[in-house]
Amino acid sequence: MTTATDAGQAVADAHRREWAFVLAATVRVAQDLDLAEECVQEAYAAALSAWEGDGIPGNPAAWLTTAAKRRAMDAIRRERTFRAKLPLLAEPEEVVDEFALDELDKPDEGQVMDPEDVIPDEWLRLIFTCCHPALAQEAQLALTLRLVCGLPTPDVAWALLVSEQTMAARITRAKKKISAARIPYRVPRPAELPDRLTAVLGVLHLLFAAGHTAPSGPTLMRTDLADRALHLARTLRDLMPDEPEVRGLLALLLVTDARRATRTGAGGRLLRLEEQDHSLWDRGALAEAHELIMAGLRGGRGGRYLLQASIASLYAEAPTYEETDWTQIVALYDRLLSLWPSPVVALNRTVPVSMARGPAAALAQVEALEQDGRLSRYQYLPAIKAELLQRLGRTDEAAAAYRQALELTGNEAEREYLAGRLTGQEAGPA
Amino acid sequence: MAQYAILIFDNAEAGDYTLEQQAASKRHADDLIESGAMITAYALQSADTATSLRGDVVTDGPFIDSKEVIAGVCIIEAPDLDAALELARRNPAIQWGRGGVEVRPVAGGVAPIAR
Repeated sequence: MTTATDAGQAVADAHRREWAFVLAATVRVAQDLDLAEECVQEAYAAALSAWEGDGIPGNPAAWLTTAAKRRAMDAIRRERTFRAKLPLLAEPEEVVDEFALDELDKPDEGQVMDPEDVIPDEWLRLIFTCCHPALAQEAQLALTLRLVCGLPTPDVAWALLVSEQTMAARITRAKKKISAARIPYRVPRPAELPDRLTAVLGVLHLLFAAGHTAPSGPTLMRTDLADRALHLARTLRDLMPDEPEVRGLLALLLVTDARRATRTGAGGRLLRLEEQDHSLWDRGALAEAHELIMAGLRGGRGGRYLLQASIASLYAEAPTYEETDWTQIVALYDRLLSLWPSPVVALNRTVPVSMARGPAAALAQVEALEQDGRLSRYQYLPAIKAELLQRLGRTDEAAAAYRQALELTGNEAEREYLAGRLTGQEAGPA
Repeated sequence: MAQYAILIFDNAEAGDYTLEQQAASKRHADDLIESGAMITAYALQSADTATSLRGDVVTDGPFIDSKEVIAGVCIIEAPDLDAALELARRNPAIQWGRGGVEVRPVAGGVAPIAR
């Protein structure tokens, strides 16, 4: 006898792990995202009572997929009696055939559902559709959380820091565009893959970053979002194991996440890399990242994520902050900059430059970036500048730069850190 | 199959296409016709010949006052947005630094009786 608690737990687990797979498979039948979502939600609701009465099925994903597909099929058949069928979701290569639908109706459904060989492709179709470049990136983020992670709209709104109403409108608009403009529901062809993959990786990286350093609010991390991004990156790596940038992204997230426990100290205070206790870093995650990086570099087609992961990994592998291989890190940044000439990368490069060649050399580069103007709203520019000025003993200018950084920073833990640096610095050089 | 409008925008002050640009545009249109994707296409006279109506007010010039104006429109047929974007991307005008194209799905239309 399965208790209500057990059934509830099993449904919750299946929601976290299998939602995207169940939805992706149902979309193929429903040919409409809204209908598919509705059917999957109903299937999860039905599972609660069914699993309590009949026990938890051996393959919950298969049970849920069959239940959701059947609902979708019923809805389509009802619909067909009212109007001529309009394909709502463009599927260029194949259409759902009647035979496949009828197969589902047969009593022995256990044989029909063999999710192992169909499902991985379905998951990819779903995420590539959510991250289609014809959708604005904010819409890509929202759809990924809503459709691939199965988060309800209020949670998506909270995660992305907009009102529920704004988020609901954003999701509705994005879904409408997918169907009206016929954004195809398919995995991109090899020729398109590099561009399309960049969009997906960008979304996963942003989700992780939003979870890692919340742009505003009281705590530095919203770990759930970072966990979800990590889970998505892992699934993507499992499904596209040979893509170096997929490996690179997973490695980058793993290395960054390995330091999660040590990023803040007592009372949520932000700790600098050199203050963090290296022994508390997640060695398992670092080792896994190292493997991924090595495999990726051997392939020789490393892109920006693989290079960023290599840099983060070099920082993490140093026995102490002082013993970091600064020269090697600067060399990796040079490769990264040539591939991705972003002012943020150029700014981050000044940190190892200051260690390898001294703070004066780094300060000159930071000031050049300041002149450039593209980073005028970026709080880390004055923060880095302040540290360098302080190391050079130019305390008045350092204080001004810390104040400037404070004005641009919304995250409470980061604000406290900067305020602390400012007071410590105003009290006189340590 | 679905239909998409490709709205061709051009800088209002850039003047007529050069002879090379005209020839390239013609080749692109011929390619679309040959591939069977082209339904119809029109090039428009320059925007300073336009007249706009809003309520009872008649104004000289294009409806929206902006640097870029509609220079032409073509309707194509494609199985999905990716295919439509692929065709739109082949339009040489997007590479000339004076305009670009907008791809919009067609919601419906009427074909008048041929005269």
